[in-house]
Formats: sequence, C-alpha cells, structure tokens
Amino acid sequence: MSETEFRLIPEVTPETEHFWRGGERGELVFLRCESCRNYIHPPSPVCPECLSRELSPEPVSGHGTVATYTVNHQPWNPSVKVPYVIALVEIDEQPSVRLMTNIVGCDPEDVHVGMRVRVKFEEQDDVYLPLFEPEA
Amino acid sequence: MESIERRASISGIGQSAIGRRLNRSDLDLTIEAALEAIADAGLTRDEIDGIASYPGGGGALPPGFSGPGTPEVQDALRLKVGWHMGGLEGPAQLAPVINACLAVAAGLANHVLVYRTVTEATAQGSGRRGGMGLGAPDRRVRGIFQWMLPYHAYSAANWVALYAQRHMHEFGTTREQLGAIAINARRNAGGNPKAIFREPLTMDDYLNARMITTPFGLYDCDVPCDGSTAVIVSRVEHAGGSNAPVKVNAVGTAIRGRPTWDQWDDLTTMAMRDAAAQMWSRTDLKPADVEVAELYDGFSWLTLAWLEALGFAAKGEGGPFVEGGKRIAIDGELPLNTSGGQLSAGRLHGFGLLHEACVQLRGLGGERQAGAPKVAVVAAGGGPIAGCLLLTR
Repeated sequence: MSETEFRLIPEVTPETEHFWRGGERGELVFLRCESCRNYIHPPSPVCPECLSRELSPEPVSGHGTVATYTVNHQPWNPSVKVPYVIALVEIDEQPSVRLMTNIVGCDPEDVHVGMRVRVKFEEQDDVYLPLFEPEA
Repeated sequence: MESIERRASISGIGQSAIGRRLNRSDLDLTIEAALEAIADAGLTRDEIDGIASYPGGGGALPPGFSGPGTPEVQDALRLKVGWHMGGLEGPAQLAPVINACLAVAAGLANHVLVYRTVTEATAQGSGRRGGMGLGAPDRRVRGIFQWMLPYHAYSAANWVALYAQRHMHEFGTTREQLGAIAINARRNAGGNPKAIFREPLTMDDYLNARMITTPFGLYDCDVPCDGSTAVIVSRVEHAGGSNAPVKVNAVGTAIRGRPTWDQWDDLTTMAMRDAAAQMWSRTDLKPADVEVAELYDGFSWLTLAWLEALGFAAKGEGGPFVEGGKRIAIDGELPLNTSGGQLSAGRLHGFGLLHEACVQLRGLGGERQAGAPKVAVVAAGGGPIAGCLLLTR
C-alpha cells in the first residue's frame, strides 16, 4: 500500500488526540491508569479496572503480536489495491489491548498468527494511523 | 424462578415475496408479511395492540438495511398500540421478538406485530455489495467504526473472518468444514420455493469460488435480498388460528464480554457464548432435546460458532461436527437451517430463520420438513450482538 492511498480517517477529538496524533513523534500512545497501571483502549474518562480518573497518555514500545488476520480480496473500495491484510495486533505491554490494523511491508501470504510486528505510522491529513510491519 | 417469556407464544407467521430485486417498497413488503401473520394468528388488525422491529427506521445504516420504522407501519395499518419499540441495540435481530415476549408477559400488550424487512438487493442494484462508511462526504469516521474502517475493514465479512481464522488456527477447523454448512444450506434451499439460490452446490464449487476475505469465499457469505418477515407474539392463552401457536420456552440476551469486535476477550467465539449460556440457564431442556436448529449464517463460520456456543458441539469441535454434512442434514441428528438459511434462501436477517423454526414445529415444511420436531432453537447475531430463542410446540 502506498503512503498516499485513500483511507477513511477518524475524526480526532480531545479524548482520542493522543492516540491518533502520537505517530507525529513516532509514538504509539495509550491512556494509562496512574493508580493500577492498566492501559485503557479505547480512551475512557475512567479506568475500567479500578475506576480511577487519574489517567494519562503514555507511549508503549510499538511492538506486538498478530492475534489473527484476514487477507481481503474483495474490492469494497475500488480505489484500494487488493489483496491487503487486516489484522488484530496485541501490544506487548498488555496483550488484552488489541488494535485492528493493516500488516504492511510483507507479502500478504507471509502473515500468520503469532507473527511479531512493530508499528509503522501512515500520515493522513491530521492523523497518524498505526499500521504494523514485520519486526526486522 | 419462572421464566416469564413462557407467558408468550408466537401465534402467527407471515412472509412477503422474497427476491433479488423486487423493486417494491419496504413498507409494501412489510404490509404483505404483516397481514399474512395476523391472519395466520387467527386475528384481525384491530386486535394487534403492540408493534416492534429491528433496527427501526432511519439512521445512518447501509441502503436497504432498515425496513420501515414502526410509526410508518402502525400508521399504515392504523394500529392502536399499548406498547411499541424499534431499535438497533439489544440482543441482535431477535431483540424485538424477545422484547415483545416481555411486553406481553408484563401485560402491556396482548398481540404484538414484530417484523424485519430488508430491501438490500434493490438498494444495491446491479452494483457490488458496498463497503461501510465509504459514502462519508468528509471521509471521517466516528464512534466505534473509527477503530476499524480506516484499515479498509469495510465489511462484517472482514470482522467475522478474523475470528474464523483464529478458530482455524487454534482448533484446526478447515474450509471444507465451513463448506459443509454452505452445501447443507443449498441442499435445503432446494425444498424452499422462496429461496434465492436452489441449484445444488458442490464442494468443488465452494472451494473454487472467488475469495472474499480469507478464509471466506463467496459461498461463505449470505446473499442480499428483498423481503419481509413478520410474526405475532401473543399471550400464551391465545388459541391462535388454524395453525397452533409455537410456545416460547426460553430466551438468551446476555453479553458479558467487552462489546466490540476488536476488544472481545476470546477470538474463537462471540457474544453468542453468553446469550446461549443464559438461555440454557432459564430452562430444563438440554441441547440433546433440540430437534431442529436455525442458526444465524450471515457467514458460514457464525453457524459453526453458534453450534459450539449452544453446546451441540464442544468448544473447538464445531468443524468435525459439521464435516461431511450428514449430522446436520434434514434427516440427520440435528437438522440445520432447513430452509436454506441466509446463505442460500436470502439474507432476511435472522427472521427467515425464526419463520422456518415455526414452520418446522408446525410440521408445514413440505419436502424440507425435518420429522416432527417438538423443540427448536433459533439464534441470530454475530460479533458483539447475539440473541437466541428456544421454541416448543
């Protein structure tokens, strides 16, 4: 997938800005509870574990594991080249936090469950979408 | 504890013409189904005092997905109702049926018209099945879809495929096993004059069809259609019309995991796990008592996942359960999706399955009749929505 291809993009809000714009600094950022240290995704005003409201954005390593994937062949959107890989990636710091994403930088046929990946951001207007590529 | 859904029955069923491009309005189809259901229940429209539907009218839903809202149908038939609802949130497409049971049990209504209408085939015209969100003028997505659509995951096919793939990885489920569900549906559709696709489907046809999103090929995906299905939910005391009412034995509505596609706790099952467990907790009947199963098949793997969730197969063993298709055939130990399901009969969105369960319990299935079943299960939904019904005669 090229850097400039069409994508739908999120509407950035004050609640999601840390996530959608962290890529400007090359950082994958989640809200984290200052009390119980739980990572929270999607963003919420309250920690779902301990109900603390003391939450702050914190970067993670950007490394993770493919929990599952699908190779999409259907041209739902004629302006997007197929096939491409949609995956759920579990982040290393807290595997219960998953991101739906695309796996890029490899042949779609090479993607597998358990594959180690790292984040790679794609800039689209004012957002930086976290995609993932194979670890070197 | 009394399961108060047993104070309700399904006293009438009706279904409009079903087709690929009927070019009739959703209200027109709905009235056809509703009047048939009302007559089947031995009632007149003056006796209908409740109305409910999924997903209700309006909203930013794909073209042809919503039928008419309940106010339009109420007004068209000049109904005077003591209870009404329409909406998208709840235990999947069966939510209005379950809610109607509770409304009847609570005494808010005696006879509720419940319907689901789709005109997706006409709305899509001769074009491809569209992706979600692509019509947004500013290409911005909001709410839960912001976590999925930016990655070109435009369809439920993609979202369900992620789960199917993980199920294959953990349990060795195969495409041939998913194919057994599609082939069974097509064989059963041969006995359903209203089914969209009735010509036989072979395993070669299935495996050689074009890939949509791995592991789903074309025949793993249901077929958009136009049509309306209606049922009348009545107080159980109502004697019904010439066909006896079908009794509601138990309902399942629970969702105990995180209610999203990406954060759900177990990537090999869905909300069906919780709805099914709750349904069995409300009855003395067991999976072994069920003689016909009408399980949601928006995508083939969802049916397999429902088979596991409902306890017909152990976790991870849905694949071997359906393999070869004998067990799930009309004359097998658990006849499955006897009218062809959504994969072959058309995407009536859960209500086609509900209608067929009633047909089977009344013994009116004709050449597709699966013996003389006394207990049937109906399940609808995939992902973070699920609802199920245990019905008896």
